[in-house]
Amino acid sequence: MTFIKSPKDFWAGILYIAFGTFAIVVALNYPIGSAGRMGPGYFPRALGIILIALGLILSLRALKLHGTPPVFGVYKPILVITASVVVFGLAAPFGGIVVATILLIIVSSAASDEFHWKEAVISSVLLAAFTVAAFSYGLKLQLPVWPWFIK
Amino acid sequence: MELLNNLAIGFQVAITLQNLLYAFFGVLLGTLIGVLPGIGPVPTIAMLLPITYALPPVSALIMLAGIYYGAQYGGSTTAILVNLPGESSSVVTCIDGYQMARKGQAGKALATAAIGSFIAGTFATMLIAAFAPPLAEVALKFGPAEYFSLMVLGLIAAVVLASGSIVKAIGMIVLGLLLGIVGTDVNSGLQRYSFGIAELSDGIGFVTVAMGLFGFAEIIINLEFKGTREVFTKNVSGLWLKWKEFKEILPAIARGTAIGSCLGILPGGGALLSAFASYTVEKKIAKDPSRFGKGAIQGVAGPESANNAGAQTSFIPLLTLGIPPNAVMALMVGAMTIHSIQPGPQVMTSNPKLFWGLIVSMWIGNLMLVVLNLPLIRIWVLLLKVPYRLLYPAILLFCCIGVYSIQNNVFDVFLTAAFGILGWIFVKLECEPAPLLLGFILGPMMEENLRRALLLSRGDPTVFVTRPISAVMLGLALALLIVIALPFIRKKREEAFQEA
Repeated sequence: MTFIKSPKDFWAGILYIAFGTFAIVVALNYPIGSAGRMGPGYFPRALGIILIALGLILSLRALKLHGTPPVFGVYKPILVITASVVVFGLAAPFGGIVVATILLIIVSSAASDEFHWKEAVISSVLLAAFTVAAFSYGLKLQLPVWPWFIK
Repeated sequence: MELLNNLAIGFQVAITLQNLLYAFFGVLLGTLIGVLPGIGPVPTIAMLLPITYALPPVSALIMLAGIYYGAQYGGSTTAILVNLPGESSSVVTCIDGYQMARKGQAGKALATAAIGSFIAGTFATMLIAAFAPPLAEVALKFGPAEYFSLMVLGLIAAVVLASGSIVKAIGMIVLGLLLGIVGTDVNSGLQRYSFGIAELSDGIGFVTVAMGLFGFAEIIINLEFKGTREVFTKNVSGLWLKWKEFKEILPAIARGTAIGSCLGILPGGGALLSAFASYTVEKKIAKDPSRFGKGAIQGVAGPESANNAGAQTSFIPLLTLGIPPNAVMALMVGAMTIHSIQPGPQVMTSNPKLFWGLIVSMWIGNLMLVVLNLPLIRIWVLLLKVPYRLLYPAILLFCCIGVYSIQNNVFDVFLTAAFGILGWIFVKLECEPAPLLLGFILGPMMEENLRRALLLSRGDPTVFVTRPISAVMLGLALALLIVIALPFIRKKREEAFQEA
């Protein structure tokens, strides 16, 4: 796609247009009211229109102005880090923060190129102990500590 | 005289054992997290915010302010020792600070930063105490139309003064405003953009947005970037300055403080802009400008004073107008709302203890920074030696627990992960997340004031230009946009941000 001269701006523009369109489409269900008696649909629609306009400016301008392309190619960190957070979220309510912490640390450690199993396991256990001591006992946050079957 | 009275009220609040302790822990924790490479003040504050929930409001704000200063100073420490700015405003410190560290003068650079920050902080605190009351008085006369225009001006100024593409940044603001709408509409009770998800009926939590866009995204980007870091930890000694050296940097500190105090009040990258401006000034007036970039002590003293003064005076718009000038202050608004304090001009009269207590605590926080950091520097250095592969999982963990503990609900954790992905895309497309956070916090306020202004004028939009104060503010916003679009100024602006 050689006609896009500034890919970063172009795709940012497309992103804005997409968000703006989505905002307007959803807001169509909300009463718009009038300027003097604004309904809940008024402000979101106005913002959606502005966002689409800005997106159009960015994308169209990107066909003329030159810019550097975004650097992609390394996907391990984004995938592994996101996965580790999701695992934490899934584990916490049932497994308690001890299990969730251990899983989060081991999974997220794998995002690094210098991953060592032993190191990750040791650090996960230490951090789990610290978490319970600092957050549950120290700050008295009401979080489930142990899995549901140990109460 | 009134000023002294007010400060006396403040000292009574701030010098209780309890609040001194909270200030101390705030500064300590802020520095502890802030010194970790790649974590700026925004994720630091977001991460530590849950700790303050259980505290009384005054103590919570005092602790948060402490965390903020700590995080700022921690950022300078990493800038000097690792050449890794924790946040944009310490980018400038990297230039000469890191070179000083390479020459074995790390101790001297750190002491300069601490002393400069303290002097600047003291002066800026006095400035807040003196100028906040008259400004708040003016703000109390504002109606909804004035408030709406003020927010427009604030947001526009925030993007004009920051670096990067203006169109992109305004888009990010609008996106933030839209995200701020999610949840129950206060007027109609209608749920907007919540898609039947119960957790969204109260809106998206600002910690969730900040943690995802700033915290998670930063970790992911850091992991993608493979570079070796050189940490200068061996030569951190001589953490004090000789009298002669002190005299040498004093003028630079004074100039930095003056620049920072003025620019910090402006919305946007107050701290960033003042650091850049100060560096440029120091370089311009130096007898031998070629020393800059090779470890000139003035190149550390000036910008460090400027960014601390700027960090301090950026509280002025927040405390007097209730409008956050940057992402950190946006978090402060969120924190105040949690303690059911609506930031704005009324706080000073309705809650003078909180207001003056906070201001006095700012100064105490600055004092603690010097007292705390110079002796503890060895511990911070030790932290810097921890390899990143062990560090980032721990940071991630504290983020997750912080988000999870807000409502004891894992939905927020998943939402933060989603914002992490969005933040990653933003970094790839060079979209600054800070304006988004500003818009997000201001969204509900802006809609409410727009609605009220138009209700009062019976739908007549000219109300914004027929009321003089409102017209002036909108005019200023427009003028800023026009000025920045002029080719000559645009080039200058780009140069200014690239200079360092």
